Amino acid sequence: MDHHLLSIITFMPSFAALILAVFLRGDDEAAARNAKWLALITTSVTFLISLFILFDFDPSNTGFQFVDEATWILGLKYRMGVDGISILFVMLTTFMMPLVIAASWNVTTRVKEYMIAFLLLETLMLGVFMALDMVLFYLFFEAGLIPMFLIIGIWGGANRIYASFKFFLYTFLGSVLMLVAMVAMYADAGTTCIGGCEVSLLTHIFASETFSIAGITVVGGLQTMLFLAFFASFAVKMPMWPVHTWLPDAHVQAPTAGSVVLAAILLKMGGYGFLRFSLPMFPVGSDVVAPLVLWMSAIAIVYTSLVALVQEDMKKLIAYSSVAHMGFVTMGIFTFNQQGLDGAIFQMISHGFISAALFLCVGVIYDRMHTREIDAYGGLVNRMPAYALVFMFFTMANVGLPGTSGFVGEFLTLMGVFQVNTWVAAVATTGVILSAAYALWLYRRVVMGDLIKESLRTITDMSSRERWIFAPLVVMTLLLGVYPALVLDIIGPSVAALVARHDTALEAAGAAVQMASE
Amino acid sequence: MISADLNVILPEIVLSLFAILALLGAVYTTKDAMGSLLVWLTSGVMVFLAIWIGMTGSGETRIAFNGLFIEDGFARFAKVTILLSAAAVLMMSEAYMKSRGLLRFEYPVLVALSVVGMMVMVSAGDLMSLYMGLELQSLALYVIASLRRDSIKSTEAGLKYFVLGALSSGLLLYGASLVYGYAGTTQFAGIITVAQTGQTSVGLLFGIVFLISGLAFKVSAVPFHMWTPDVYEGAPTPITAFFATAPKVAAMALFARLLHDAFGNAVADWSQIVALLSVLSMFLGGIAAIGQTNIKRLMAYSSIAHMGYALIGLAAGTQLGVKAMLVYMAVYVTMNVGTFAFILSMEKDGKPVTDISALNMYSKRSPGKALAMLVLLFSLAGVPPMLGFFAKFGVWQAGVDAGLIWLVTASAVASAIGAYYYLRIVFLMYFGAEGDDRLDGGNSALLTGFLVASAVIMVVGIANMFGVEGAAIAAAATLVN
Repeated sequence: MDHHLLSIITFMPSFAALILAVFLRGDDEAAARNAKWLALITTSVTFLISLFILFDFDPSNTGFQFVDEATWILGLKYRMGVDGISILFVMLTTFMMPLVIAASWNVTTRVKEYMIAFLLLETLMLGVFMALDMVLFYLFFEAGLIPMFLIIGIWGGANRIYASFKFFLYTFLGSVLMLVAMVAMYADAGTTCIGGCEVSLLTHIFASETFSIAGITVVGGLQTMLFLAFFASFAVKMPMWPVHTWLPDAHVQAPTAGSVVLAAILLKMGGYGFLRFSLPMFPVGSDVVAPLVLWMSAIAIVYTSLVALVQEDMKKLIAYSSVAHMGFVTMGIFTFNQQGLDGAIFQMISHGFISAALFLCVGVIYDRMHTREIDAYGGLVNRMPAYALVFMFFTMANVGLPGTSGFVGEFLTLMGVFQVNTWVAAVATTGVILSAAYALWLYRRVVMGDLIKESLRTITDMSSRERWIFAPLVVMTLLLGVYPALVLDIIGPSVAALVARHDTALEAAGAAVQMASE
Repeated sequence: MISADLNVILPEIVLSLFAILALLGAVYTTKDAMGSLLVWLTSGVMVFLAIWIGMTGSGETRIAFNGLFIEDGFARFAKVTILLSAAAVLMMSEAYMKSRGLLRFEYPVLVALSVVGMMVMVSAGDLMSLYMGLELQSLALYVIASLRRDSIKSTEAGLKYFVLGALSSGLLLYGASLVYGYAGTTQFAGIITVAQTGQTSVGLLFGIVFLISGLAFKVSAVPFHMWTPDVYEGAPTPITAFFATAPKVAAMALFARLLHDAFGNAVADWSQIVALLSVLSMFLGGIAAIGQTNIKRLMAYSSIAHMGYALIGLAAGTQLGVKAMLVYMAVYVTMNVGTFAFILSMEKDGKPVTDISALNMYSKRSPGKALAMLVLLFSLAGVPPMLGFFAKFGVWQAGVDAGLIWLVTASAVASAIGAYYYLRIVFLMYFGAEGDDRLDGGNSALLTGFLVASAVIMVVGIANMFGVEGAAIAAAATLVN
């Protein structure tokens, strides 16, 4: 396979950004329109090209495919590739970006810079999911902070400066620990290649003998230390309770499109990181920490659902609901069984569509009324029937109604965790009930009832542009809800290989411990 | 014999002769009116010499004057970097100095002489030539630090620099005499046979410590950094830019030259000292910069921190370490040239402004320059994907390779702390309070050119570093073997 499809789709958006930056002059209406159209066309073409990758992808092969390799500076390698775990995240990104651009059609300030920021962000996000070199991964992972920092800081709401700083510092501090762990891994394994090289991190076995440091016994040894360092970064990105507090602030202050990218794609980087690094590279370490993570996830689901119940701000409510749904993801990942992992990946993809759609729903009425206060609305169904229908659909999907993709993910993760820890499963299930409570209550307060607010008398229903943005999301949510095999067939073999490798590694480590004690 | 020796130092001779002729010419003709012309001529000569040294380097090592002077790949790499950065800074300074009546004809001459000193430093093969080069460089620098004679701050900067510089020269000389006493020779080639790991006598060890202290002063590593913020703030901005670039490269190269050529067999004896200097510099530079409101002082602390990162490469004591250090210095110099081009362009009503708060909402006024500065600041902070990250990654690689994991870990933490103050400038430029525009003018095409060029290098350079890495590998191979 000697083609560069992956590199092409990764760098095409930044190439368009370069064209915008260099050739587009002026601040007038025409320049803004050109910037929007160029961004929309580029992201759409990127999506179309990425479809070729999806069709050519061979799910039964659990190795990396479409590998694109070149030597690079400092003895590093530029290596890109996809496997069953990463390909769907790549597809999710390329699918969402045209919608994100279309949803930003009403931006009026600094349109050119806005489009440049989003195009660069697409490159960096795709890079994260494709990088097969640890340093390359770190590069994309970190660099993504810069455009997002600017997107929140420049185009955000009133309190945007606080939010952008909080966002940057939280995630940057987490990443520094990850970088330190990467340095240690390089020292231990002597390579930065993630998988598919002669020596690669995925096949290297990191030491897992228990040792004591400063009077503390570290069960799982080096693996646990490395795991925790990566955990610091991914848990913040995810975000997991209790380090989730940056997310509601960032969401509330970000422009609609920024929220959509954040919820649909950036949050998935944490989960992807767990699947790419933590689980396969530090099996013993993750096993040691798993009970803690399971309980943290269960607490996250219940706690953030309760917090969501009392929110006054629509975006904040959906942000907390995102944290709860990400709780299902971490819970599924740390069950280490096929159902749990399948469910976690499925949940991430499905949450990508649903949360994006919910933020877009908020965006639709925010564009009209310039407020996100729940109390400012009520009875929208009278003036906006189409909007009420779409909002209803995604509220139900968020709750996890059977027939929508939200159901499949939650069900699979709960099934996975039930086999591992019944109590966690029981606690997490109450989260499903709570999610119905906050989501339906939100819907009732915003859409149902009589239209009594004077300011809402003239509100208009969705424009055809807005309808077209929602259409693909509705289709995908329904399609994955009634035919989940679309996703599960692609991820299945890779997940099975991951689970098998995890079990073998644990057995080997267990045998080694037994040998030592005898 | 002598003609072969002279052939080796031809570039130095050319530059010295040029400086002397320029001095005579200016004194006997129009004096300060020639300033502009001399600045352009000097930078032209420097660029020419850089190309000459870069192109004619045959890769072999040539030794002149019985080992006093070594011309090898390492020296050539350092010389090209020094010459190019000095030329860039000279070109940037012309308009600034002229409009403020500071463009005396001595200025380019002194810069040229200090560059000669630096070239001797990086080629030194003997403690004698080391000291000679160092003093030639330093004396010229003391004078140009106080070039603005009617300003208290500038003269204070010059005096402070001179007194502390003299102290450090004293330390260095004392160390040199100890080394001579215990090794019986001042030649690096002789010292290296005596200084073996585990067998170094206490006297020699003391000598090494004093030599390192003296050099640490020149690279402004903590705890010998005290002069840096005051001198950076007091000196006229183009001179600060000069201090932050060429002399740093020269001192760092000399550091590497001395440690590897003279004490290369006793790595374990000095590696810990250098590691300590490095970790202190990184943390102090990162933390002390947070409270600064003057961008020149901030850049002083930033350069202290950067020297700390570069020292990781030296502390590794390996070929990989020297290579990483050279790459780091090349990247550092490029970033600083761009950043100072920006600082030079900061003015209001024709007066230079150095207060950071003046950058409030700068991105509204000139989005292009703000974007270039943003790239440079993220690169200085070491945020990927800018080249600054790869410079840091290179020294980390070398550190891990040499088993200095604690140092690398500490430096990763320090870089996170340091990111804050660079970010603060970005924050001011992009999300400051509305309608508070405090800068005007400063639209020199030359400065903007340097700023944009260095920002572009920071982004495009990650593809292949423009071959600098290959050159650095070759250079390091000639020094460490």
